Amino acid sequence: MNQMQNFTKGFIKENPVFVLLLGMCPTLGVTSSAINGLGMGLATTFVLLMSNIVISVIKNVIPSKVKIPSFIVVIASLVTVVELVMQAYLPALYKSLGLFIPLIVVNCIVLGRAEAFASKNTIATSAIDGLGMGLGFSFALTLLGAAREFLGSGKIFNLTIFPEDYGMLLFVLAPGAFLVLGYLIAIINRLNKA
Amino acid sequence: MAQKESTFTNMTVTLFLVTLIAATILGFIHDLTKEDIALAKMKAQKEAIESVLPAFENLGDSYKVLPADGADSLEFFPAYGADEQLVGVAVKTYTKNGFSGLITLMAGFSPDGAVTGYEILEHKETPGLGAKMDKWFKDESKPKQNIIGKSPATTKFEVSKDGGEVDAITASTITSRAFLDAVKRAYNTYNQNQELEKTADNQTKEGGQS
Amino acid sequence: MEYIFIIIAAIFVNNIVLNQFLGICPFLGVSKKLSTAVGMTGAVTFVMVIATIVTYLIQNYILNPLNLVFLQTIFFILVIASLVQLVEIILKKVSPSLYQALGVFLPLITTNCAILGVAILTYQKEFNLMEGVVFAIANAIGFGLALVLFAGLREHLDLMNIPKGLKGTPIALIVAGILAMAFMGFSGLV
Repeated sequence: MNQMQNFTKGFIKENPVFVLLLGMCPTLGVTSSAINGLGMGLATTFVLLMSNIVISVIKNVIPSKVKIPSFIVVIASLVTVVELVMQAYLPALYKSLGLFIPLIVVNCIVLGRAEAFASKNTIATSAIDGLGMGLGFSFALTLLGAAREFLGSGKIFNLTIFPEDYGMLLFVLAPGAFLVLGYLIAIINRLNKA
Repeated sequence: MAQKESTFTNMTVTLFLVTLIAATILGFIHDLTKEDIALAKMKAQKEAIESVLPAFENLGDSYKVLPADGADSLEFFPAYGADEQLVGVAVKTYTKNGFSGLITLMAGFSPDGAVTGYEILEHKETPGLGAKMDKWFKDESKPKQNIIGKSPATTKFEVSKDGGEVDAITASTITSRAFLDAVKRAYNTYNQNQELEKTADNQTKEGGQS
Repeated sequence: MEYIFIIIAAIFVNNIVLNQFLGICPFLGVSKKLSTAVGMTGAVTFVMVIATIVTYLIQNYILNPLNLVFLQTIFFILVIASLVQLVEIILKKVSPSLYQALGVFLPLITTNCAILGVAILTYQKEFNLMEGVVFAIANAIGFGLALVLFAGLREHLDLMNIPKGLKGTPIALIVAGILAMAFMGFSGLV
C-alpha cells in the first residue's frame, strides 16, 4: 500500500464511523450541528495524529505487558492538552462539546489505531495513518452534523437554506442522530459496493 | 533497538517514566493556559453583563445575595455611568423548574426595576422549542411576548395561560414559566436587597445623628 | 426524595444510552442476543459503581486538595483501566462461575465511555458520595434497560424481511432511533 492510499483509506473505504463503526458515542452525541461535528472531528484528529506519532516513537522501549497502560497514559495526556487549549482559546466550542472532550480518551479509534497500526509501523507511516483516519472521522462527523442541522433547522454551518419553521425538529434531537446515521451508513455501504 | 522484556523492573520503570513525562508536560501546559482560561471565563461573563445593560462606564464590585425562596445565592453586578450614577444592575439568576432542569441566565435591571435585557447562560431545554427563549422574550416587534422595558412591579410576569401578561413560547409553556420564574427571582431579590440597604443606610445615618 | 429524582432522571429522562449517547459501542456491539445483553449489563453495573466510588474519593481527597483538577481525565481513565483488571483477577479467584458469565465483557469495559462519563458527571453535578452511588446504579440500570430492550427488538429483526440496503447496522440504528423517540416521552417527567 503506498502512502497516498494509506492517507485516503480513512475517508470512504475504511471510514472509522461509516465502515469500522468506531467512536460512535461522540459521533451521535455532538453532531447536532455541522460546526460541532467539525470541531469534535478536528480535536480527535489532533489526538489521533499525535498519539500515533508518539507511540510509534516509543513502541520499542515499552515492554509488551504494559503496552496498553502506557498508550492510555499518552492518549489521556494528549486529550488533556486539547481540553486545556480549547478551554482557553475556544470556550464556546468547549462548552457545546462538553463531556465528549474528555471522552476522546475512550474513543475506540484512538486506542485502536495505536494498537493496530502505530505500534507496528514507522513514524511517517503512522503519522499519515493518524491524519487520514482523523480527517475521515471529521468528514463523517461534519457530514452527519450538516445533514441533521439541514433537516432539523434548514441551516448548514448556520447559513439558512430554507426557513427554520419548516425544519423537522426531530433530527436535531436524540432520535434524529440514530436515524440519520443509519441512513448514511446504508448509502455509504451502497457506494462501497459499487 | 530491540523490544524490552517484560520483567517486573522494566515494567515499573517504564510505566513510571511514561507517567512522569506525561505529568510534567501537562503541568507545563496547565501553567501556560491557566491565565487564558480564567480570562476566557471572565470575558464570557463580561460580555453577558454588557449585553443585558445599557452602556456603562465601569462595573462595581459584584456581591452575592441569598434569595428568599432558593438555596443558592444570586450574583449581582452593579454598573455605573460616567458620573458614578447607578445605570443598572445585572443579576446572574437561575431556576430549577425548566423542562430539563436548571436554567441560568443573566438579567439586567434599571435602577427603577425595569428589565433592560437578558442573556441565557446555561440550559438543557429542547432545541427548537424551549431553547427559543434566548430570543423570544426580547422580540420588540411582538409586545405581548417582549419583557424588555417592563417591570415585574407593573406587569404581571406570568404566562397568559396562568393569568399573566406575557405570551409563552409556542408549545413550551413549562420553559416559559421557568424563565419568568428566574427573572422574577432576580427582581424580588434585587428589590428586597435594595430595601435592606436603605434600612441599613438609614440606621447608620440615625446612628450618626444620635 | 432527592434519590428518587436522581433515579428516575437517570433511567428514563436522560437515559445514558438513548439520550446522552454514552456506551453506544457495547449498545450496538453486544445487543444481538438477549443473554449477552444481560451479561454485559451485569459487568457494567459492577464496574460502574466501584469506579464511581473510587474516582469520587480520588477527586475529593487527592485532586481537589492538591489543585490538580486538570489531571482528572488521566487519573480517572487509569483508575478505570486498573479496576477492570483488578475485578477480572479477583473474580477469577473468588467466583469462577460469575467470571464465566461476565469475564468476556470485562476487557471491553475499559473503553466503554459510559463508565468514564458517569464518573465525570458525578463530579460535574457535585453529587456527594451517596448520591454518586445512587446515580451510578441508576445509570447502570438505564444502560441495562436500553440494552435489553434493544436486544429483544434485534432478535425479532433477524426474522423480518428487511430492505437489502438497510440490513445490519443501518436498520439497527434506525430501530435505536425509534426507541430513543419512545424514551423522549419521558422528558419533562422530573
